Amino acid sequence: MASMQRRKGPNVVGLFGLLQPLADGFKLMIKEPILPSSANLFIFIMAPVITFMLSLIAWAVIPNQLSTPTFDYGMVLSDLNVGILYLFAISSLGVYGIITAGWSSNSKYAFLGALRSAAQMVSYEVSIGLIIITVLICVGSCNFSEIVIAQKQIWFGIPLFPVFIMFFISCLAETNRAPFDLPEAEAELVAGYNVEYSSMGFALSFSGEYANMILMSLCTLLFLGGWLPILDIPIFQAIPGSIWFSIKVLFFLFVYIWVRAAFPRYRYDQLMRLGWKVFLPLSLARVVSVSGVLVAFDWLP
Amino acid sequence: MILFSVFSSIALVSSVMVIRAKNPVHSVLFFILVFFNTSGLLVLLGLDFFAMIFLVVYVGAIAVLFLFVVMMLNIKIAEIHENVLRYLPVGGIIGLIFLLEIFFIIDNDYIPILPTKLSTTYLTYTVYAEKIQSWTNLETLGNLLYTTYFILFLVSSLILLVAMIGAIVLTMHKTTQVKRQDVFRQNAIDFKTLSIAQKITQSDPK
Repeated sequence: MASMQRRKGPNVVGLFGLLQPLADGFKLMIKEPILPSSANLFIFIMAPVITFMLSLIAWAVIPNQLSTPTFDYGMVLSDLNVGILYLFAISSLGVYGIITAGWSSNSKYAFLGALRSAAQMVSYEVSIGLIIITVLICVGSCNFSEIVIAQKQIWFGIPLFPVFIMFFISCLAETNRAPFDLPEAEAELVAGYNVEYSSMGFALSFSGEYANMILMSLCTLLFLGGWLPILDIPIFQAIPGSIWFSIKVLFFLFVYIWVRAAFPRYRYDQLMRLGWKVFLPLSLARVVSVSGVLVAFDWLP
Repeated sequence: MILFSVFSSIALVSSVMVIRAKNPVHSVLFFILVFFNTSGLLVLLGLDFFAMIFLVVYVGAIAVLFLFVVMMLNIKIAEIHENVLRYLPVGGIIGLIFLLEIFFIIDNDYIPILPTKLSTTYLTYTVYAEKIQSWTNLETLGNLLYTTYFILFLVSSLILLVAMIGAIVLTMHKTTQVKRQDVFRQNAIDFKTLSIAQKITQSDPK
């Protein structure tokens, strides 16, 4: 990102500055925690905990590999039959972490920033839900392993490429990231919902946000085929599925950071206009069109 | 059994705390806790789809709206030193009526004076069909809701449509005359007209 902005970037800490996040985390942990005197203490402490916990819980349903004949287990913590719906519920609950963080700080700036950020998250969640429905129609069950298996012939990202782009942008907006980070950029400046937090509270909120980001790029495996190799030839199958999975996740994280550096920030009303007036009709239209095509050609799974 | 008692007891306690909490934000948070535990109870019943839908719809949307409204209402923490016992007679009677209604609904066996089915030892009927090939919750819902009971589905969507139109009409009072940005016009301004626009804005008294 630094090279995109033509500056040096952190290169002091480790080799090429790779240890910078560790140094940041260490600094945050040894800082003195400041608790505002007139804030609601229990909610204040629990809010970043909620954020971080939800991002970690959501990893429970993401599969890394299939229970192939050689392996007897599906490498997923819990093979829920409503796996995608579980992820959707987790992202709906993520709104709470932000609202409680903003409100319990007992400062009007933090509160307003939290409300705006929460409204943005809720708006783009609708679009995410509709796109998830589009993929579900193509698959037939909410089970994550099922979805990945259904992409054996061709990844979903190729026939449903516009849906894939819309999903990616909605995920960017959902995690308050990249061009849609008006509330978060205010957290880097003076006002924002994290303004009253220091040390562990801030560290947890921040890690929760990044874990959420990684989760969203994990969600993109719905489209790009989870751990399936590019083509079904034995050379690619010799590489284990987890490596394909991590390659794809890394690719998406790279694109996330790339988008963040490349695009200017959306203003809040433009952001909301985009979510409700552009993405919602488009994703609704895609649901209808995909189901129409599937019914017409009798390709329903 | 343990999980059931944990979930149900926390749900009952939180629902009592909803009405007893002084701070309205606390009562909304207890409200959310009630829904969490209810969805846990649904999972215990084997209705996984409904549990997730509870989380998404109730906790993720409805309670968020409650939270928005309550947080923005600027309610001071009400130091209501009112006498709560003033409401006891009428409130107690209404509460007892509700409790009786619950007993009527649950099972007729619990009320011994009514003629009951008296089935203390009943044979359990195993549905062998679902042991061979069981549908998921989602599949059964899809098979029933959209074919046999599609009228219910359409009626509920009409209700939601009415609610949405009502909300939009309520907020459309003055905002239809608001000057909006026209992105296409902004993009179509070339340099010559831009300078004209600047002259107009510079002549505005500040």
